This record gives sequence, C-alpha cells and structure tokens, in this order.
Amino acid sequence: MSGGEEVLFWVLAPLMVIAAAGLLVVRRAVHAAVCVVFVMIGLAVLYVAQEAPFLGIVQVVVYTGAVMMLFLFVLMLVGVDAADSLTETIRGQRWIGVLLGLGLAAVLLGVVAQATFPPSVGLEQANAVTNPVALARVLLGEYVVAMEVVGILLVTAALAGLVLTHRRRLGKKPTQRALAEAKVALLPTGRHLTPLPAPGVYAQNNAMDTPALGPDGRPLDHSVPRVLRIRGQQRSATELLTAEETLVERRQGSDDVAPARSDRPEEETR
Amino acid sequence: MDLVNYLYLASILFALGATTVLLRRNAIVVFMGIELMLNATNLALVTFARMHGDITGQVLAFFVMVVAAAEVVVGLAIIVTIFRARRSASVDDVNLLKS
Amino acid sequence: MTMQTLSLAPWLVATPLIGAALLLLVGRRSDRWGHWLGVLASTATFVIGLVILLDMLAADPDQRVGVHTVASWIDVGPLQVDVGFQVDPLSMTFVMLITLVGSLIHLYSVAYMSHDRDRRRFFAYLNLFVAAMLLLVLADSYLLLFVGWEGVGLASFLLIGFWDHHLPNAVAGKKAFVMNRVGDMGLIAAMMLMLATFGGVDFSTVLGSAGAADQGTTTAIGLLLLLAACGKSAQLPLQAWLGDAMAGPTPVSALIHAATMVTAGVYLLVRSGPVLEAAPDAQLVIAVVGALTLLFGAVVGCAKDDIKKALAASTMSQIGYMMLAAGLGPVGYAFAIFHLVTHGFFKAGLFLGAGSVMHAMDDDVNMRRFGGLARLLPVTAITMGLGWLAILGVPPFSGFYSKDKIIEAAFVGEGWRPWVFGTVALLGAGITAYYMSRLFFMTFMGRRRWVTELAGGAGREGGSDGTPVRHPHESPWLMTLPMIVLAVGSVGLGFALNAGERFVHFLEPVTGHAEHHDPVLPIWLIITLTLTLVAAGLALAFVQYAMRPVPTTPPPAPAVVRAARVDLHQDDVNEAVVMLPGKVLTRSLVFADRTAVDAGWLGLAGGVGRFGTWLRGLQSGYVRQYAAMTLGGLGVIVLVIWLFSGQGAS
Repeated sequence: MSGGEEVLFWVLAPLMVIAAAGLLVVRRAVHAAVCVVFVMIGLAVLYVAQEAPFLGIVQVVVYTGAVMMLFLFVLMLVGVDAADSLTETIRGQRWIGVLLGLGLAAVLLGVVAQATFPPSVGLEQANAVTNPVALARVLLGEYVVAMEVVGILLVTAALAGLVLTHRRRLGKKPTQRALAEAKVALLPTGRHLTPLPAPGVYAQNNAMDTPALGPDGRPLDHSVPRVLRIRGQQRSATELLTAEETLVERRQGSDDVAPARSDRPEEETR
Repeated sequence: MDLVNYLYLASILFALGATTVLLRRNAIVVFMGIELMLNATNLALVTFARMHGDITGQVLAFFVMVVAAAEVVVGLAIIVTIFRARRSASVDDVNLLKS
Repeated sequence: MTMQTLSLAPWLVATPLIGAALLLLVGRRSDRWGHWLGVLASTATFVIGLVILLDMLAADPDQRVGVHTVASWIDVGPLQVDVGFQVDPLSMTFVMLITLVGSLIHLYSVAYMSHDRDRRRFFAYLNLFVAAMLLLVLADSYLLLFVGWEGVGLASFLLIGFWDHHLPNAVAGKKAFVMNRVGDMGLIAAMMLMLATFGGVDFSTVLGSAGAADQGTTTAIGLLLLLAACGKSAQLPLQAWLGDAMAGPTPVSALIHAATMVTAGVYLLVRSGPVLEAAPDAQLVIAVVGALTLLFGAVVGCAKDDIKKALAASTMSQIGYMMLAAGLGPVGYAFAIFHLVTHGFFKAGLFLGAGSVMHAMDDDVNMRRFGGLARLLPVTAITMGLGWLAILGVPPFSGFYSKDKIIEAAFVGEGWRPWVFGTVALLGAGITAYYMSRLFFMTFMGRRRWVTELAGGAGREGGSDGTPVRHPHESPWLMTLPMIVLAVGSVGLGFALNAGERFVHFLEPVTGHAEHHDPVLPIWLIITLTLTLVAAGLALAFVQYAMRPVPTTPPPAPAVVRAARVDLHQDDVNEAVVMLPGKVLTRSLVFADRTAVDAGWLGLAGGVGRFGTWLRGLQSGYVRQYAAMTLGGLGVIVLVIWLFSGQGAS
C-alpha cells in the first residue's frame, strides 16, 4: 500500500462518487452516459492500481469502449437530446427509492465495517508471471468449462440482439425504378426530385444552421436540417448577411473597396 | 491505506446504482444503473483478490464483465424494440405486467 | 358320521347370485329365456340344499353343526373375520324354506309377469333376493350376516319399487329401505358392542362367551338386535313399511312375507339365543314387542279392504307370534321357527292366491268389489281356503300345530307374564280367525259385486254404483301348480314335522334342549279356548260377510275401525315423533351452520379476499416499484443474516 496509491484513491474515489451520484440528477441520458464513462475509467485506473492491469485494460476496452458506445448508439437511436423530466410520477416512489438506497448503503457499509478481514496478502506472488499470464492460467485451467459456456452465452446474446432488433419486411422490397416513379409522382405536392440543397456557405459562416441562398438570392429554408428548424436553432439569413456587410464595410473603410449589395433580399425569418 | 476503503467505495457505488434503478424512468439510464452495480461488485472482487492474494477474484470479475456485456446486448435490443413499438423509453410506460 | 357335503354350502349362495349377475349383465339379449334361467338357478339351489339336508339327516345329531370356511375376509390384528358358512339344522331349515318357497314363487312369476317387458330384470332381482337371504342365514358371523342383511334390504328396495314408473311404488320402496336402515343401525351398533365385549363378531365367539358377559352389556346387545329385527321383520315401532311394500308385484310380496326378508329378524333373534338368555330384560322387551305387534297387525287386518294389505297385516301379526315365542327363551325358539316354516307355506300360498285373484280381476285389490269368485276360480279358492284354515289354526292343518305350541308356550312361566302373553296370544288367534275369514268370505263367497257385462256397454269402471266389469278366469297351470304345492304344505307340513316332536329335536343342536314346563293352564283348556275363539271369529265373519251383503264402499264405522283402516295412524305417529323433530333439528342445524360456521368461514374467506385485493394494489405493473420491493427484500435478508449470524463473527 504505497502512498501514491492512497493519493490516487482519495483523489479518484470522491470524483467517482460524485459522477455516480450525477446519474441520479442529470436530466439528459447522454450526460448520464458520460458520468458512467467517468466512473468506469476511474474503476479501470483503480484496477490497475490494485495489481489487476489486465482487468483495467479490459474495463476500458469492453466497458468504456464497447458497452458504453453501444449505449450511446442506442441513445442516438432513441433521441439523443430528449431530456427526462425528473418529476416523479409514481406516488411515494422517490421517497421509497431514496430511503431504500440509503438503507442499502447503510447495510452494506455496516457489513463491511463489521466484517473482520485478514491481513492483506497482495498479489506479488500470484502475479509473478505477470498478471495476464496468471489470469490466463486460472481462466483456461480451472475455469475452462465456464469460459466456454460464457463464450456460447456471448454468441447467443449476439444472436438475440440480432433477432430482437430485426424488422420483418412487411411489403415487397421497392426497386429503384419504383422509387424513382414514386418520387416523380410526388412532384406536384412540392417534393424534390433532387437531394435537398446543402446549407449555405458564407464568408464567415459554414455551418448546418445557416440556410443557403437560392439562385434568386432568397434563403432556402429546407437547406437547414429539419431537426434544427423545428428546435428553432436555425440562424436567419438576414443576421448572417448583416454580419457579412459589417465585415465588408469595415474592409471598405480600410481597403476602400465597396461591394454593392443593393439587391439584398428581404430577410425571411421563421 | 486500508484496502477496506475500496470496499466502502464499492458499497457506495452499488447503492447509488440501485437507487438509480429505483428513481430514473428512462430505461437506458436504468440500465446504466445496473451496469454501475455490476462494476461496483467487480471492484469488490478485485479488492478481495488482492486481499487474499488469490487471482480467482479477478477471474470472477472477468466473468462478470463478459456476462454484463451479453446482458447489455440483449437488454439494449429489448429497449430498442420497445422504443420502436411505443415511441418511448420510459419504464413506466411498460406496465403490462399489471392485470 | 360327519357331514360330507359341507363344502357345497357356498354354492347355495353362489348359484342364485350367478343367476342374478348373468341376468343383469347379459341384459336384454336374455329377455327371451332369462326367466327360465332364474327358475333354474333357484331350483338348482333347492336341489343343493336338499342334498346337504339329506346328508345332515344321515349324520348323528351331534355332528350336524358344521362351519365351512372359504377364505379369510378381514384380518386386522385382533379382529379376524372369515367368509364362512354355518351349516346346522337352523340354517338348513331356512335354506329349505327359502329355496323351496322361493322356487315356487319363481315358477309362479313366470306366468304372473309374462306381460311385463322387464320380466328378466324381475327374475334377476328375485335371484338376488334369494342369494342375499341365503347368505344371511348361512353366514357364520354377524358381519357376514350383515352383508346378506343389506343385500336383502337392497333386493326388497328394488322389488318393491319394481314398477317405479309409478311414483307411489318408488316411494314405498324408499320407505321400506329407509325404515330398514333404522334397524340396520341397531345391528351395526350391536356388532360394535360385540367387538368391544367379546373381541369378535363370529357366532362361535359371541354366542360361546355370551353367558359370561356382563348382563348390562348383553341386555344392550339384545335390545339392539331387537331393533334390527324390528326393522327387517316389521315389528313395532318399525312396522310402517310393510303395508306400503304391497306396491311391489304380488310374487314379491309372497317372497318377502313367506320366505325372505321378514323372517330374517326372527332368524337373527333365534340365532342370538345365548345372548338373549343372558339378558332377561331384553327377552321381556322382545316378548312385549311381539305381543303388541301381534295385536296391532290383527286389528289393522280387520279393517283393510285391500286384499294384499290385509294379508300384510296378517303377516305382521304372525311374525308377532314368532317374536313373542323368541322372547320366551329356549322353550319358544323351536316353536318360533316351526311357526315360521308353516307360516312360510300358507302365507306364500295365500299371497299367490291373492295374486291369482288379482290376475282374474284386472289387478283390482279391493275386496269390496270381489265376491262369489269360488265358482269361477276353483283352484285358487281351494288352495287359498286350505291356507286360510291353516292360518286359523284349525286342526289338523299346519297352523294348528305351530300356533298352538306358541300359545301354550306363552302360558308357561311365573307371575303376571304367562297370563298377559297367553291372553294376548289367545286373543290374537281369535282376531286372526275373524279377519282371515273376512278376507276369504269377501273374496270367494257372497254375492258378486261385479258384472261381466254392462247393459249400456259402458267402460270398465262404468257401473253407476261403482260396480266394475270383470271377466274372471282361472290362472294358467304355471300359477296354480305352485299354489297347489304350497297348499299341500299348508295341510300336511305341521303334522309331519310335529310328529314325535321331530322338528323340535332336529333344531336342538342349535336352540338347545328346553326343559318341559307345564303351562299355568291345563293344555286341554288352552286348546279348547283357542278353538272356541277361532270358531267365534269365523262365525262372526261368516255372518257379516257371507250372509249379509257387503257394501262396495266402506260403511261409516266407529273411530277404532276408522283408525285401523289407516293402519292405526302409524304414518302420522312416525311423522309426529320422528320426522317433525328431525326436521326441526336439521333446520336448526342448517341455521346454525349458515349463521355460525358458514359465516365464520365466509368471513375468513372474505378477509383473505380483501387482503388479496389490497395486495393486488401493489401489483402496479411499474417495474420500478417491483425493483423497490426486491431491493427492500434483499435489504431485509442481508439485515437478518447480519444480525443473526454476522454477530458472532464481529
């Protein structure tokens, strides 16, 4: 038990507890995921500190790398920005939950405090052949059957994931021709044959939230992604053009160059 | 430093995970709480391995990780399926267990 | 010389039983020949019985009692009951009576039931009846006897209610069965007492050690046996079923009254003689019951217009004689059985004759619409006439020897008993003479109270004064032949058996030797008195029913006669004494059951239900609540483990 480890622990542990508690209070699932990632990396560090470097690496690779990424994917699928309401809908559930959580913590801490542990042995001897090798000897020796079974379990789980998320095709798979004909048929309703225009590119702005200008100089609203429009995160063309003009005037003032933009369109806002 | 502190930390993390399961409605967050609980046990296992000088604890932790990975696959698949059917990831909306 | 044919005894029971089983199992396919199979089974049984009897007669008197054990039946620790057959003079007497009379009745039924589409079933029941009765008399233990006892009850139920498409018949069958059950309870209770007292229910154990038992116990057993006998033999107070049992076909009535069923009670008491001798009080009660029933039946018989019910009342009265004799102790046992045998013959003859009359008169049973039949039914009239003289006790007919012996025995004794019982027996003889003569005269003598043809050609019941249209004719030979055989028995059997007290000596191995006691009156006086009373009863009946015209509807009469017409209100008494209190009891029990027991349990169930409803509220369907409960449970478990086992470690 080196002093370094103690410092490491006392730095990491409170942070991990805070992060874990964050799981309870943050509104967005993404933030919760970030909290969990933090806890897991902290745990990985602690594993390494606890003479389990292999597990530490696996923790990072499997948990933070694979599992949490899977979580994030699903979050994106479900809607990354949806914020949860933290108001409780089941009557009394919050108090019950808090009380049970505190009670559980008290019981567990009490058990740990009551228990008498043998003097620590340490893993120097067991890890003499390096930790991964020692681990492998136990894993593939004593626990080889369990290891195989777990392998089968993983395959089964992967299959289960496939089956569960598999969508049965309800109709015939549309051919390219059919899709093209459907698009043409929808033209009268204002649909496009071509892909939607890309967002605008300006002298100082090149982002998803800036509408492009059409050939007639009018901003094209549908060049901004629909999600941004709905959320009201779209920037108006006027604002951008004003900023551009200011820039041009400033340049004019210094370089005496004045581009005339008399045909500036009336700004169009939502 | 006493190794017991690791166990205290594991206990607190476990309790926090459990409380998450009880309090959060978003199924994905609930799932994260479960992962947190599993990780807390892993920490305890690793600590016990060190305490007793026996590498088996780490092997157990390893198994827990693998099983947790399998569980995550299936669990998330279920959440996705439910979300597709109900446009919601709230566990409270899935109360078909009643009656 | 011992008996060689003992092992044939089981076949006595098996033969008619096989007959019954065949007839019932083969079903309608045997409709055409089934009745002859029934007759064959019955007759074969008679032949087997005859073989055993002849063998027995060839044996020495002290070798005539034998038990043939077939198998062990009940083997539980101290209780050992075998399936065994008791072959001795008493049981063989019954075997001969049952099989001979039974076979004759079978033969008679072939013709009597020829128009019934269920004749095969009828014969199956008759065979069953005979088999059950034979098992009853041949059993070597009270328990096996009880099997036959119940079999007789079942068969009588089936036969009395044979025409059960008519509701009163079914009700009569049920009544007989239920009243018999009351008696059965007595037999069951008696067996319990025997088991507790003697440690067994076989005759050798019980009868062998009865003398050494406590008198209170034997009295109790005796009274319970009397209750059983009352049920089967239709004695007071369980006599009410006998009259209604006439609902069955007439051969059944003959079988019940002559050969089977009602004789079972007398058999039971005579068989249990040693027990009764150890219980003088019970004997007295038996004699009193017999005397009362004797009078009861005689009084009822005087008022009945239904020919079969009059005969039924007569049976009740005659069985009363036998019970009286059985209650008199060893001196009476042999006479009870003697009278039972002769009575079996002449009562069977009378019933078959009544059936023949009914056959001739379109199943009418009302004697007030008979009259003057002697010329048209000569065979029936003669055979019934012989039976009539026999039951009257006119010498030298059978009844004279047997009944006179009972009357003489009733006068034997000390104190008030001989005077009371003797007088009752004497009176009974007089009344018997009156009502039996009334029956005979109303049926066969006097003016015809029916016509062969109506002037207006109206319907069968068409006479303006209720005079029915009848076409009487003599019965076929299949019916008259048994009647003739029985009539011969009625005439000669008494003399044949009485000669040199042959029958009494024959029965001695079972009934024991009775010391001869002189009656309180000289014998010649008793005989004279009896015959005088009989002659008086006969003369009175002749004047009333043969010389004067008989009204076709019952004339107004004093209260006693009106009461006798309705069986001395026996059903009303039963209803008031037994049924109403029983009803009140069951009603109150039902009430108590509903308000106390049911309410308690329903309350408990309701409480559980309400608790469940409350508990169901916890099943909200919310996973998080379930998780909270799981966690709470986990916490409790950890806490318990920690508190109760972790303490030691800390």
